[in-house]
Amino acid sequence: MKSALIWTIQIILIPVLSPLFAGIIRKIKAGFQNRVGAKITQPYYDFWKLFHKDEVISQDASWVFKFAPYIIFAVTIIIGASVPLFTSIFSFNLLSDLLVVVYLIALATFFLALAGMDVGSPFGGFASSREMTMAALTEGGLISSLLALALAAHSTNLFSMVHSASSLSIFSFPPVLLAFFAFLIAMLSETAHFPFDNPATHLELTMIHEAMILEYSGKRLALMEWAAANKFLIFLSLGANMFFPWGLTASSESTAILTALFLFLLKALILTLFVAVLESSMAKFRFFRLPDLLLVSFILSVIAIILII
Amino acid sequence: MIANAVSSQFSFFASLLLFACGAAGSLIFRKNDAAANFCGNAFAIAGSIAGLISSLLVLMFDSSFTCGMGSSLPLLSFSFNVDKLSAFFIFTISLISLFASLYAIGYVVHFYKKYNVGALGFFYNTFIAGMMMVVSANHALFFLIVWEVMSLSSYFLVIYENKEKRNVKAGSVYFVMTHIGTAFIMLSFLLLYAATGSLDFSVIKENIVNIRPVIKNLVFGLALVGFGTKAGMIPLHIWLPGAHPAAPTHVSALMSGVMIKTGVYMFIRIFVDMMSDVPVWWGMVIVTAGAVSALLGVLYALTEHDIKRLLAYHSIENIGIILLGLGSALIFLALEMKPLAALGLVAALFHTLNHATFKALLFLGAGAVISETHTRNMEAYGGLIKQMPQTAFFFLVGAMAISALPPFNGFFSEWLTFQSLFAGIRSLDITVQGVFILAVGALAFTGGLAAACFVKVFGATFLARPRSEEARHAGEVALSLRTGMAALAVLSLLFGLFSGTVAHLLSEVVHSLPVFNSTEAAFTANASLFKFNDNFASVSLPLIFVSLVSVTAAVFFLVHILTKSRKVRLGCTWDCGTHLTPRMEITATGFSRSIITVFRGILQPTQQYQIEYMDAEIRYFTKANRVRLEIKDMYSSYFYSPMQDLVAKISEYVKQIQGGNINIYILYIFIILMALLLLVI
Repeated sequence: MKSALIWTIQIILIPVLSPLFAGIIRKIKAGFQNRVGAKITQPYYDFWKLFHKDEVISQDASWVFKFAPYIIFAVTIIIGASVPLFTSIFSFNLLSDLLVVVYLIALATFFLALAGMDVGSPFGGFASSREMTMAALTEGGLISSLLALALAAHSTNLFSMVHSASSLSIFSFPPVLLAFFAFLIAMLSETAHFPFDNPATHLELTMIHEAMILEYSGKRLALMEWAAANKFLIFLSLGANMFFPWGLTASSESTAILTALFLFLLKALILTLFVAVLESSMAKFRFFRLPDLLLVSFILSVIAIILII
Repeated sequence: MIANAVSSQFSFFASLLLFACGAAGSLIFRKNDAAANFCGNAFAIAGSIAGLISSLLVLMFDSSFTCGMGSSLPLLSFSFNVDKLSAFFIFTISLISLFASLYAIGYVVHFYKKYNVGALGFFYNTFIAGMMMVVSANHALFFLIVWEVMSLSSYFLVIYENKEKRNVKAGSVYFVMTHIGTAFIMLSFLLLYAATGSLDFSVIKENIVNIRPVIKNLVFGLALVGFGTKAGMIPLHIWLPGAHPAAPTHVSALMSGVMIKTGVYMFIRIFVDMMSDVPVWWGMVIVTAGAVSALLGVLYALTEHDIKRLLAYHSIENIGIILLGLGSALIFLALEMKPLAALGLVAALFHTLNHATFKALLFLGAGAVISETHTRNMEAYGGLIKQMPQTAFFFLVGAMAISALPPFNGFFSEWLTFQSLFAGIRSLDITVQGVFILAVGALAFTGGLAAACFVKVFGATFLARPRSEEARHAGEVALSLRTGMAALAVLSLLFGLFSGTVAHLLSEVVHSLPVFNSTEAAFTANASLFKFNDNFASVSLPLIFVSLVSVTAAVFFLVHILTKSRKVRLGCTWDCGTHLTPRMEITATGFSRSIITVFRGILQPTQQYQIEYMDAEIRYFTKANRVRLEIKDMYSSYFYSPMQDLVAKISEYVKQIQGGNINIYILYIFIILMALLLLVI
């Protein structure tokens, strides 16, 4: 009974909380811009409204455009259920393999880019091209930064990695920190945040994520936006739990779980704050400077790997 | 047991015989196109089925066989040895040729009255039979003969559509390169003969311990170049992007899917099976070659907008991935870590099988598109998903499989290759680790770039709106074409879903090699789970598949039920108030332009502008703007051209001893004769 409850929390935690984190980031940014800003719960209202709206679909759209939102949203749910969040009792979960998670993310990106190209709008096409360029170049840093931890933990299972990373000696902290910075760069690229992409606008010449979903409306737009929010929270929890692996609980007692949930939220909030501050305090990079940044991410994680082995 | 051996042997020769019948039959019926087509392909299908039966008997029931016939020539003997490794390759060849032939029945129709269908059937059957014999020959001289049969028949298939000049040119490059490769292979066999006194592979293998390391290294180098040319390893690949697209599509599928794998087969046969006590650097060379081929292969693929050339470059990429597995296996073997070596080899074999299925599928899909639009240029496609929905779906499956996306088969073999590279990083010393770390990086970037490339291919070909009249009037292709593609698409999924079972079978193949006889396995694989014995990693493709399908379905129906009352209206794509035309869509060239710019240091793209003005004097109003985007052919300019110049120079030098006077030639003969006599004494 209890484990069923924990399972349920694990599965619904990401989709339930992800709009909140999107709202928090917007609120912090508004603060930096001397605005009051919308409530942090505003994304929930947005989704609610979008689900109640009629849809306009381009007459050029094929089934790829129509089904992509469901596939992408489902993929984020699956990944959300298989990454370490607050409990560490799911180490038997076969979906929690590092490469499985990375390639499931790639699956979502693949359909997102195809959906962007499907309606024949130049915005969507160019955004897909940029998205795939970034995604391809991010892959090296993303895999290698997590690999550094996997090598330290002697397992590519995310739960085992968290488990052994929490018992690492103090000397292995510098490489973990390097890997964390590498991961952070990859995370900003994957979740379409500064300096890679501007999540707040539809009409900028170098936009990536928002331009791909430009043609969506109604429930499909809600699913796309929600999936993006899920992805952001997934990366937040990977960053918070893999590199700072304290606070996960192995017990199924309700107090322990509540504490673990609280700690998880705290860690994710700190990371969100960091992203929001970064987003408010720096300009977006020119597109062709981004590969340099991603190369830095790859090199940092290679150094981390060399230090760890 | 013996009954099985007899029946596997029987069906093996039956399959060769069927191919021979197919070859002869298509020649006999060459006057009647339809009869020649049916005869050639029906026999090829029957032959492939016999080949499948034979190889499955060997793989399942352990009924390997050897048989040989002497000949009147002293050194030649027609000897076959089909062990599990050969059987695996026979299985792959038969599997792909089965569906390629099925596809061909409908596809060849558009050659009627234009080209000689009988000749196509003849060379096609000889080609498949040649490949079957290459992977089962057990005698060096016999091997060279069947190797030539395979190479020559594929050469004639490449130049089959000889009314197009570029096909003939591509054929010539292929002809030259393949024979340079053969020369290296011959040299390596001769060295082995000199060292062991036999051309029989099994005898060579017994005496291999007596060979000096220098000779061994030489044999390695020569075989690497020789078979690497066939496998399309960079920088020996230059024939591949020209030759594969030139051949008729079902032949391209076979060349790309299986012919280049014969090079991989011989790598395994010589380096792993025959040789013993291999040095570590062999494996390091192969891993490096694999990493370079994988990364550069996919980058060159991104620069292409000719759909078949693009797929051909992806073959280079995938050979690179196979070599990563094979190279890591060799390194582990050299360091006496046999369980891990077996793992690397399983990864290489699995990717061989997977690449064969999805690459054949992609080629067949591309062929279907080409037969409807009459061009290989992707810029002239667009929107075909509406006219050819089934082809588009099958192509999407292939695209996802080659991009290593779960739950298809490409994902599992890439996962396995990653894991064998990880194993290298975690268990070796620092000199070798470096190679593995870079290989992991190369493989990670390759995976991402391959996904980018196939978004480009699928998007430019099937999505948005048609960009040409032909694409607008395309229709779904004939049933036989769709059946061939559908079968391969299903296989791509099944090899993914049952990857545990397949991995288990492949590990039996690997463990049947004498080197791995008493090696314990590094992993446990069954239908639902693949797991390392040291708990480093585990994966379950069925679980991924089930969760993907069930969660997507749940999301779909939930959203559908909750929002049933919302209306869906069809409208125009947002056009910013202008009139949106298909010309404004992103093209294949445009899609990959940013990646090419990022990698401009490696790819060296060039741009040429040509502007025509309304008035040559007043240069304000342009009439026409032309831009030409190209990629510099580095291999020609830095490697092959200098090489050619060098050969020309040496020839010029050697020419001096050729006076044209017959007396001088007689003198030369006399001197050589004396020298030989002295040597003998």
